[in-house]
Amino acid sequence: MTDGTDLLTAYDRQSHWCEMLGGDGAPAEHAFMVRNRIGRLTLSDLVRRAETAERELYNLGITFTVYSERDVIDRILPFDVIPRIISPRDWDVIERGSKQRVTAINMFLHDVYHEGRILKDSVVPAELIYGNAYYREQMRGVAVPHGAYVNVCGVDLVRDHLGQFKVLEDNARTPSGVSYVVENRHMMQRTFPDMMEEIGIRPVSDYGQKLLEAVAEMAPSAVIDPQVVLLSPGVFNSAYFEHVFLAREMGVPLVEGSDLFVEDDRVWMRTTAGKAPVHAIYRRIDDAFLDPQVFNPESLLGVPGIFGAYAKGNVGLANAVGTGCSDDKAVYAYMPRIIRYYLSEDPILDNVDTHICREREGLAYTLANLENLVVKPVGESGGYGIVIGPRASREEIEDIRAKLLADPANFISQPMIDLSVCPTLIDGMIEPRHVDLRPFVVTGQSSWVLPGGLTRVALRRGSLIVNSSQGGGSKDTWVLEA
Amino acid sequence: MTIGTKFLLARYADCALWLGRYMERAESLARILDVNLHFSRDSRGSQNWRSIVQLNADEERFDKSYDVASYANVVHFYVLDRENPSSIISGIRAAKENARSLRPMISTEMWSHLNVFNNTMSTLTPDDLKPSELSRVCSVIKEECQTHTGITEGTFFRDQSWYFYLIGREIERADQTTRLLDIKYLLLLPPNQQVGSPVDVSQWNSLLRSVAGYHAYRREHPRGMQPKQVAAFLLFNMSFPRSIALSLAQIDGHLHRLRSGYGLRAGSGAMELLDETRAALAGHTPDSVIQYGLHEFSDYLQRQLIAITAAVRQEFCGAPSAPDGR
Repeated sequence: MTDGTDLLTAYDRQSHWCEMLGGDGAPAEHAFMVRNRIGRLTLSDLVRRAETAERELYNLGITFTVYSERDVIDRILPFDVIPRIISPRDWDVIERGSKQRVTAINMFLHDVYHEGRILKDSVVPAELIYGNAYYREQMRGVAVPHGAYVNVCGVDLVRDHLGQFKVLEDNARTPSGVSYVVENRHMMQRTFPDMMEEIGIRPVSDYGQKLLEAVAEMAPSAVIDPQVVLLSPGVFNSAYFEHVFLAREMGVPLVEGSDLFVEDDRVWMRTTAGKAPVHAIYRRIDDAFLDPQVFNPESLLGVPGIFGAYAKGNVGLANAVGTGCSDDKAVYAYMPRIIRYYLSEDPILDNVDTHICREREGLAYTLANLENLVVKPVGESGGYGIVIGPRASREEIEDIRAKLLADPANFISQPMIDLSVCPTLIDGMIEPRHVDLRPFVVTGQSSWVLPGGLTRVALRRGSLIVNSSQGGGSKDTWVLEA
Repeated sequence: MTIGTKFLLARYADCALWLGRYMERAESLARILDVNLHFSRDSRGSQNWRSIVQLNADEERFDKSYDVASYANVVHFYVLDRENPSSIISGIRAAKENARSLRPMISTEMWSHLNVFNNTMSTLTPDDLKPSELSRVCSVIKEECQTHTGITEGTFFRDQSWYFYLIGREIERADQTTRLLDIKYLLLLPPNQQVGSPVDVSQWNSLLRSVAGYHAYRREHPRGMQPKQVAAFLLFNMSFPRSIALSLAQIDGHLHRLRSGYGLRAGSGAMELLDETRAALAGHTPDSVIQYGLHEFSDYLQRQLIAITAAVRQEFCGAPSAPDGR
């Protein structure tokens, strides 16, 4: 029973765009029903259910694993029970925009590994690609079925203070996190069935089947009933749970490198009945470790000779080799131009405004506005080397100014984005916390977007960093039926 | 008739076999510790904890870390010692790691239970092993193992991996029974001990209890407790789940199922070894096996079980890299 007070009355979105309440003058009407239901709960009920959910995640082993010298430690990704809700209209933009982006990336990769028109036309500087650590010369001229290089793409989106979704990053190699999307939903169905009742929420449970279809479409076309497997680095990989999850959802064997071998440029797996052919592989191993004969010779995780089988078209790989030259920060800055170049369309989802410092105007603008901009080195990942102007000291500003002048091509700059927030249960209180969104685009012959995606939430007050390694958690993401 | 055409990854077969083995071993060890605490006295009337170390052929490893085979040392060595690969805590962890590799094949309930069981083991402290607490802890372990067995029976998809799991379990059962027979028989029956004395009878009771066989034995032999009959019961009885004869028959059935039901051609070497072993067992009577020497025969059975395990793993799973399925 309730004493009549609404749980969300005291909640203050602190002038940020809120996924539950909307922004100034733009209330989030689509979330009205859920908001009221949460409001009618008691705090103790909410806390109790959250604890149940957390314990279940642990018991079910929905964990990432940390190996220390003597212990195997299973950690859960913290789960917040207050869902993030997306209206049909917003979802339409995200869905179309993500597909458009993946289509352009695939055309770009095909072009880069064949004629290289976009480079010859100087729309994208050639050295950005040929000098890229993830560019694979071995892929030149290799035929990829349906031109689908990026079969699974995670498009990281943020929402600004006006409620506009913007692309922060593309993940075109082996994006992870989709298992949490599905498991978070299961968790909500178990712990909050009453909150979900009669709200049309688009299902996320068919991800595995959609992925299986797409990967099967990468098999040699002559094979009628292709054998698909999921290739994992093994139980020591921190994302092993996700590999297990996906293999089960797809109904395919979860293999490690040592389970496979190559004979006559064909891939086989070792079974109790001898060798069995493999036609398409959803691989969760990076390019560098895939084939010690072609890439990193030290790799024990891969399969010697597998690239040869791939290049001859005897086995499909998802994602294709060499997609990493399309998703780094330098290429990201050119993505709106890449979309226009191949599709003759404006981007449906904008980039965060990005100033390319290798270009004269971009550099001049950056130097003139250092105090207001975020400056990022293009070759780094994981947040290294980033200078946040509004929070930087005088010395840091001068230091980055010198670096920019010395090597402008190594930098891009962006305005600081005020990420949207979502009500989040923190130590028995409901407080605003910043969120992002990673929709997953699955592509074989055509593209499909999982309705929802991974909402990551920065659990520390004021933090904009949603990564699990830095205090991030996740939320269930509800895309409402139109 | 072929009931399954789906292949099984060789590595999964090996992991399933070891999952079955480790869980059976943990249950068996918990039972032995519990029984030894309550029922076992040697001929001088004291509990003999050294015999458990001998039973598992762990003398060398034990002596490296502990000075005396006291209650506290032996129980710690077998329940909580993570350095000891044959301790219960190590066994459950090994079972969990095999289950982790098998996760695509096993039910969520199986995984979840093992995960929680493993976490429960990690919370045990030396305080839980005090004589007043040990029985309770052993009961918890046994019950968790039996819960695992029940969940597995109810949820494990009956494909090839199920049969490898069962083979692992039966091999371990047979192995545990031969060890128990071997050590206890020697220990309980010194050459000039008068058979049939009161102490002696309680010893045989406890031997039967440590394989959960006391009441089963009583149903076959309502009166008396003869060492020879106990040995024969554990070796030959075809209704007792932990007898050697029944375990071997089960393994035989599972191998046949794999070969005829799933069309696997491998396993002929293992079948041959198994036939040989079963023939040797069938060729004995309770009298002849005592005459032959129970120690020698147990030893033979143990060597055969090791060879059968190696053959199953070699023939179905290729040549696995690690000897313990990890």
